[in-house]
Amino acid sequence: MAETILQVSNIETYYDKVRALHGVSFEIKEGSITAILGNNGAGKTTTLNTVMGLLDDQPDKGTIHFSGERIDGKDTEKIVAKGIGYVPEGREVFDELTVKENLLVGAYLRKDRKGIQEDLDKMFSFFPVLKDRLQQQAGTLSGGEQQMLAISRALMNRPKLLLMDEPSLGLSPALVKMIFDIIPMIRDEGITVLLVEQNANMALKVADFGYIMENGRFVTSGTAKSLQEDEDVKEFYLGIKTEVSVKGQQRYKRKRRWG
Amino acid sequence: MLGQLIVSSLVVGSIYALLALAMSITYKASEVPNFAQGEMAMISTFMAFVMLSSYGLPFYAAMLITVVFAFVLGLLLEFLFLRRAKMPTPLNLIVITIGFQLMLYGFAGWKWGSDQRQINLPFSESKVIFQNDIFALTELNLATLIIAVVVLVVIYLLIQRTKLGLAMKACQQNINASRMNGISANRIMAITFGISSVVGAMAGILVAPILTLDPSMMWDPLLKGFAAAVLGGMKSLHGVVIGGLLLGLVENLFGFYISIEFKSVVAFAIIVLILYFKPSGLFDKHYVRKV
Ligand SMILES: Nc1ncnc2c1ncn2[C@@H]1O[C@H](COP(=O)(O)OP(=O)(O)OP(=O)(O)O)[C@@H](O)[C@H]1O
Ligand SMILES: [Mg+2]
Repeated sequence: MAETILQVSNIETYYDKVRALHGVSFEIKEGSITAILGNNGAGKTTTLNTVMGLLDDQPDKGTIHFSGERIDGKDTEKIVAKGIGYVPEGREVFDELTVKENLLVGAYLRKDRKGIQEDLDKMFSFFPVLKDRLQQQAGTLSGGEQQMLAISRALMNRPKLLLMDEPSLGLSPALVKMIFDIIPMIRDEGITVLLVEQNANMALKVADFGYIMENGRFVTSGTAKSLQEDEDVKEFYLGIKTEVSVKGQQRYKRKRRWG
Repeated sequence: MLGQLIVSSLVVGSIYALLALAMSITYKASEVPNFAQGEMAMISTFMAFVMLSSYGLPFYAAMLITVVFAFVLGLLLEFLFLRRAKMPTPLNLIVITIGFQLMLYGFAGWKWGSDQRQINLPFSESKVIFQNDIFALTELNLATLIIAVVVLVVIYLLIQRTKLGLAMKACQQNINASRMNGISANRIMAITFGISSVVGAMAGILVAPILTLDPSMMWDPLLKGFAAAVLGGMKSLHGVVIGGLLLGLVENLFGFYISIEFKSVVAFAIIVLILYFKPSGLFDKHYVRKV
């Protein structure tokens, strides 16, 4: 069995007085691709932001360990330095910096010029379009190009674990496919991947493990394969109807079973 | 006459440009104007004065100490005061900078308030070192231009060519994204205030021989610097520098050809006009965010 690289235990996160995560626990195996699925507002982004230490004084309760070391309560930049990379929801590229500068910000913590150049070349092999746009302002890139840039920027720090928040959001089917083709390649570079997605179909295809999140809780988990075959997951996340029934009632019951 | 007018406009404009640049560096990072900018420059200028006059240090040593002092003063403003505000609104931050301004002003008034002083820079105000049919240049004019240009170039290279500059630009645009890439945003913010304070201090030292040294010496120049920054769009490095030079020119031409009494009103009028007609400044590249 592979080592656990990220261990999240019972975290609770608040926005002001409103609790958004109600005791979330999960673990990520080194070298795996793990998917977190869930509807809008389930708390997926909140979970990732909590792991990254981006929310002031959060998590309120619970612990987060990365490679055995406790990281909750640490500054984001310290967490990044330990080896977690983040591709945030909405990309968050630096609009008024060039593509090249964005990538160099990604390599901010590194001093090995030669290695940085090698990694730039590696990014261009993943995403050739970035090479043609090197001197263009990131804000003028298309959404898909920005997503590629955000992924590359996070990889420039050579993270051990990469968190990706809905990388397929708003992309054309061809680009979605491209992104999902890249994810196993990233894993093959030795980088563990945690993928948050609404596109459950695609996500479960590339993932080894999956968690399903609802209303600030993880309600079910398992190998990607078992989730793909789970009736509830099929119905609510993969869009496959298995039985005809009074829809609202059915949904309510099943959700209760998870909650 | 016009030639001479242009030269003196450039001299005073370069000082406005420094102040505008100082304002703009921190404005870009914090989204608020630093109202203590002028008083920080004033205190730093007094520091230079003390080093030169009381301790009799050579000019270069005094400048070096002043630069360090100004830098630390900027760090302190960020570290002791601005950083303490929890999830501040722009208004909170503005109030903090006003508080710091009053503190420095009060301190200077208590320490140096009563006498009129003159700072002794090793550049003569009367010695003409260059002259032709069109204009004459005094030693002080030339030194002002050279120092201002050197400071502007150094800051430009720092921001455009160094890793620190890249981090500063990143933090100016998106603090969270900067932190996600391992940039210690707090540290960069403090350094940004430090650098801005040094640029302001340089302006203070250059303006001091023209005015007298007293606690309110920076009020008028700072208003001009602010007008120059607004003219140049607050956020564009080139813009605010050009804004400074342009303001110097407009102000001097107005003073000479139209009315010397109302010369000081020009800066204020420019702020109002720009905010009314083109709030993004004359040189702002219009940037449209793609969704
Ligand atoms: N900054 C915030 N302040 C207050 N409440 C917030 C904030 N961010 C998120 N929330 C709330 O926390 C809950 C979880 O939000 P989160 O963004 O984590 O959901 P998500 O699973 O990422 O959804 P989506 O798939 O739409 O991105 C939601 O109810 C949301 O309204
Ligand atoms: Mg989200």
